[in-house]
Amino acid sequence: MITITEQKPFEEILQSLEKNTAVYIIGCGTCATMLHTGGKSEVLTMKERLEEAGKKVTGWMVIPTACDQLTKAALVESARTIQEADSILVMACAFGVQTVGFYIEMQVYPALNTLFVGKEEGPGHFIDVCMQCGNCVLASTAGICPLVRCAKSLLNGPCGGSVGGKCEVNPDIPCAWQIIYDRLAAQGRLVELDKIEPIRDWGTSASGGPRWFNVVTSDE
Amino acid sequence: MSKLREALEGGKFVVIGEIGPPKGVNIDKCLEDADNLRDRVVALNVTDLQSAVMRIGSMAVCAKLVERGLEPVFQLSCRDRNRLALQSDLLSAWVLGIENVLCLTGDHPNLGDHAEAMSVYDLDTIQLLKATSTLNQGFDMTRHELDGKPDFFLGAVATPAADPLEHEIIEMGKKIEAGARFFQTQAVYEPEKFKRFMDQVQQFKVPVIAGIVILKSAAMASFMNSNMPGISIPDSLIEEMAETKKEDRRKKAVEITIRLIRQVKPLCQGVHIMPLGWDELVPEIIKEAGFD
Repeated sequence: MITITEQKPFEEILQSLEKNTAVYIIGCGTCATMLHTGGKSEVLTMKERLEEAGKKVTGWMVIPTACDQLTKAALVESARTIQEADSILVMACAFGVQTVGFYIEMQVYPALNTLFVGKEEGPGHFIDVCMQCGNCVLASTAGICPLVRCAKSLLNGPCGGSVGGKCEVNPDIPCAWQIIYDRLAAQGRLVELDKIEPIRDWGTSASGGPRWFNVVTSDE
Repeated sequence: MSKLREALEGGKFVVIGEIGPPKGVNIDKCLEDADNLRDRVVALNVTDLQSAVMRIGSMAVCAKLVERGLEPVFQLSCRDRNRLALQSDLLSAWVLGIENVLCLTGDHPNLGDHAEAMSVYDLDTIQLLKATSTLNQGFDMTRHELDGKPDFFLGAVATPAADPLEHEIIEMGKKIEAGARFFQTQAVYEPEKFKRFMDQVQQFKVPVIAGIVILKSAAMASFMNSNMPGISIPDSLIEEMAETKKEDRRKKAVEITIRLIRQVKPLCQGVHIMPLGWDELVPEIIKEAGFD
């Protein structure tokens, strides 16, 4: 499971930094390095391009895991070169960008778009399997989530757009309901499809407002 | 009681039409097409942002039909409205005199002219049917009592060419359980396949109205085959259109449509003619098919 990112168009990054002259670049040694979107080599290329575009790059680092609390220590350690800049460009997922912003009161800009938390289905091929809705339906869908793998998040079977096991949105996308149907059929559970799935409570999802969570330990 | 309900419950074979609201506020042509079908069809479907293309809403055009003494089938898709809007639109439709509702999932916005839109799909078709049935009983989805209840005649869509068909049959059963009292099908071009489908759905004893889309050209047929989900037009029909000279195409379209209607008529409880722009051919088709 890794956070899938892609680099923003360079023009968009330059636009974000329009009013800034000196930039400090932070990459991430975990997901963004694996995906070649924010590892050491991408950070160095970004440095070069920003310099070509007339920006001063005061320094750079690749934090092992940018979304981690240890990011705070890394920022303190490099405080001097960071403070020489008037902005920080973060080549990590949105968790990393927000973690940096949480520990430092400087202007922080994203260099990447965060797409989804991906599951590696085959070498280098990641798919979106969970939307973190807070109300898991996998028990009745043969372990395949239709909320995120069906383009219409349908809970009671496919739409009329499922053709030859493919989705109407894109013939390269398998129809989630075809997969669910095939798995239930193989497990002798087709009869379970007769049940009308209840209406969703979206209150547990992002739609219900900002979410938070407190760990409760046994001594509390 | 709606005329469509009366006819279907009385075991009559029905002919229903369809009009597509325009993009823009000039609705004269669309109302004229509807007027031309007066007394020829029992009801007229009004599409709801068909193919995810932004247009006038289905409810407004349905209300215009009611004003003119024509009976609409209000197509309502799950794509653009959450459960608040769906239920509210249903109550609004009822006070405007709309009695027939066809619940649909709705083509994905990706396929339309506002591909960047956020899709809703808060409810799926089956849940929408259930919610509408609940309104008919005098309650909203959270069991609050309504001050005055509607009495909609509810329909849903079926895809005879679905693969696997078994799953489609399961879904049809659930749609009926949720309140569907009639089905309209995707365009039918293969009567044999349609017969196999009908053989399997007879068990439900719910009327099925076959979808008949007027074929305009071989190019349109190929386009529909590759772009319209759930539609499969056989090569023989495409060749028949391809061999027809451009000036004879309308005549050929009428001939093919009438042939299809005659082939499906003994198998189902009605036909739903979708002209896709060739609205002026529909009166002739209905007459020639022997329904006038």
